[in-house]
Amino acid sequence: MPHSKDDRRTPETGCAAIAVVGAGPAGLAAAVTAADHGLDVVLLDAAAAPGGQYYRSPAVGLGANRPEALHHHWRAFAELSARLAAHRDTGAIRHLTGHQVWTVERTGGGDWILHAVTGGGEEAHTAVRARRMLLATGAHERQLPFPGWTLPGVVSAAGAQAMLKSGLVLPGRRIVVAGSGPLLQAVALSLTRAGARVPALVEAAGYGAYARAPGVLAANPGKAAEAARFGAGLAGARVRVLTHRAVTEVHGDERVEAVTVSRVDRRWRPVAGTGRRIACDALAVGHGLVPQLELAVAAGCGTRPGPDGTHAVTLDEQLRTTVPGVWAAGETGGIGGVELALSEGELAALSIIREVRGGVRRQEARRAVALRRSRHRLRAFATLMGTVHRPGAGWSEWLGGDTEVCRCEEVTAGRIRTACEELGAGDARTVKLLTRAGMGWCQGRTCGFAVRELAAAHGTGQDPGGPERRPLACPVKLSTLADLAEPG
Amino acid sequence: MDVVIVGAGMVGAACAYYTSRSGLSVAVVDRGPVAGGTTGAGEGNLLVSDKVPGPELELALLSASLWQRLSEELPPGIEYELKGGVVVAASEGSLATLAATAAGQREAGVEAHDVTPDRLRELEPHLAPHLVGGCHYPQDAQVQPALAAAELVHSASRAGALVRPGEEVVEILRDRAGAVRGVRTNRGELRAPVVVNAAGTWGGDLAALAGVNLPVLPRRGFVLVTEPLPRLVRHKVYAAEYVADVSSGSAALQTSPVVEGTPSGPVLIGASRERVGFDRTLSVPVVSRLAARAAALFPVLADVRVLRAYHGFRPYLPDHLPAIGPDPRVPGLFHACGHEGAGIGLAPATGLLIADAIRGKRPALDLAPFAPDRFDATCPVT
Repeated sequence: MPHSKDDRRTPETGCAAIAVVGAGPAGLAAAVTAADHGLDVVLLDAAAAPGGQYYRSPAVGLGANRPEALHHHWRAFAELSARLAAHRDTGAIRHLTGHQVWTVERTGGGDWILHAVTGGGEEAHTAVRARRMLLATGAHERQLPFPGWTLPGVVSAAGAQAMLKSGLVLPGRRIVVAGSGPLLQAVALSLTRAGARVPALVEAAGYGAYARAPGVLAANPGKAAEAARFGAGLAGARVRVLTHRAVTEVHGDERVEAVTVSRVDRRWRPVAGTGRRIACDALAVGHGLVPQLELAVAAGCGTRPGPDGTHAVTLDEQLRTTVPGVWAAGETGGIGGVELALSEGELAALSIIREVRGGVRRQEARRAVALRRSRHRLRAFATLMGTVHRPGAGWSEWLGGDTEVCRCEEVTAGRIRTACEELGAGDARTVKLLTRAGMGWCQGRTCGFAVRELAAAHGTGQDPGGPERRPLACPVKLSTLADLAEPG
Repeated sequence: MDVVIVGAGMVGAACAYYTSRSGLSVAVVDRGPVAGGTTGAGEGNLLVSDKVPGPELELALLSASLWQRLSEELPPGIEYELKGGVVVAASEGSLATLAATAAGQREAGVEAHDVTPDRLRELEPHLAPHLVGGCHYPQDAQVQPALAAAELVHSASRAGALVRPGEEVVEILRDRAGAVRGVRTNRGELRAPVVVNAAGTWGGDLAALAGVNLPVLPRRGFVLVTEPLPRLVRHKVYAAEYVADVSSGSAALQTSPVVEGTPSGPVLIGASRERVGFDRTLSVPVVSRLAARAAALFPVLADVRVLRAYHGFRPYLPDHLPAIGPDPRVPGLFHACGHEGAGIGLAPATGLLIADAIRGKRPALDLAPFAPDRFDATCPVT
């Protein structure tokens, strides 16, 4: 155990053995596993309570007596939460809630300094130092624009789910759920259980595509069972599942009154004359998830394009990134779901323990083998899922010239086309420079995928490049930055 | 084909614009997109205020008049704004230095008005109260650099220029006598008797392809961008020390506050200078110093949120002057690069001088100070 002496616990210098960013399933599993094995851990998370987007809990005081009704895998979370609480009590885990990491930097000695902001109006700054870093920064939802998507009553599918989980609020009474990906089924079910009527679940891909990979399905019987459970649940709630269809327009003056659902071909091109109106007062829409890579990119970690059209951090079998001292787990390494995130979090922690101690005990080695096996199986399924639900190139044909693509800066599809066809933009960065698409509050988190796709469709076939660089992972007050300056 | 221009940044765009309008048949190639390098990372400053009398100021004054003309010809989307610059001093000593600089600039044809603290408040109501005075430069202007470059390239292409982004020059073709006869790219050959090196910060690499030395080095700068705000900052406002920082030869970090509003709302905060190669990681010490100095100049910005930060690499030549004109070492090779942080402002004059030099016309300014071979004795190829 060559490194153990100064690595295990060095609170006197304020340098933790490991900093975990994100207290969702992956970060939580990693933090408690590392602490179980005696490492001192700092766990930083933007939310007030652990769980991340997936295990989002109702705020205390809302009187929700059965939050688990909205969650799957609740038991795993309850168990991790209990272990986290125990480790917090002993001081093995320092859990910094309400801390949003805005950048990370490496010291000359190879430690990491994580800069975080806390609080809302009274913003304060914290810097945490750690020998190693595990990034479990999760994902945000992928959106594709369509005519009318900025109308009140249109919410993101994950947002609708989050509203339910944290505030037990419904976005409407008659809600169409649309987009693509398995999340939609969970969202539709949650909405119906909370009392909404969901007249249709509109899926642009088709579930039949899964059947083309029988080996992957056979290795993941749990996924098939889950799909069957969802199917039965949706049928029971009288939700009509419409596949190979997309919402191509939203109607309403002040807010959503109806949507037009059109058939789409295999490339997601809307088929003329197939539009049908469905009355509703809300639309929950999402097209899968996008890994949040700001900190990984800031740390210099290599990334790779995935089958779902997003970029993810490149990881080896030990969940190490390409940068020594930095690990990643969960959606950061590619969208794969909660079960995979739990496995990867634990596996990453074991990998870190092995490096700190120069080896692991036999029992841990056996556990790692089992986790790696389940990771392989679940990653194979994630690849299949990403391929099935990757938006087809034809989706942009449902855009009008005046459809806003970037809502923050009000940039229309027409302006993006002009930037590509007349001004020579062929990649997302140039489109951004020439139109301001992605320069607003959300920094392209909402429109980034769409802009990239439009640049590829209308541009001159230039290199699309890697993930977008956002050196500030979140907005920071000028005075907060200024306070970090050395005098002189 | 008469001319191949390598580089579709602001300077290459201006060269394409003026050469194609002078009747030459032109191709523009760039390994990346239009405005993909330093142009897209800049604030779009068109300044005369930060230049002391000499060849660069002459270039800037010629450019300032050309920019006015371009602003009428190009679409309004380029956001040309003759907003004026305000240079402020925090001590009597720096105010005296500033006044002396301004007096010299006035003799060289710059409009510069000494400004009392009261007048300063009229020009910029949100400036910190401790400032003792300043100088107002009405000729300073701003443009959205990426759009301006793209519109110039678009205009050149309508005049017949061939525009090839995403195409990398891998060889400069020479004849037996050593004269340029075109370029080889990753997609094929482009034959022309003239090649213009407008590769900006990468201009030294292109010169090396022709076997000549041009010691262009990257000088990194960060810019902070705030959330959109109502117009709090009306001019380009910077501290008097900025001019000294610009002309410093040191590789070490210099930061002097440069603050300006934009038509779209965000306030841009610069300016840092350091020679650290092509390091693309965010430097917390640099951005925090920028933030501290901007907040000292405009206390009203303290509570404003910074949405993003970006960096660029200014093409730096050791004497802070660009290389403009024919290369006597390689017949047919012209250089138009090394403008450091002033490339957007100096681009039109550079493009015009290059077009005239290619056509054998007597250039509007003496090109001797910009001679591309001037470093052979002092900075030999390493």
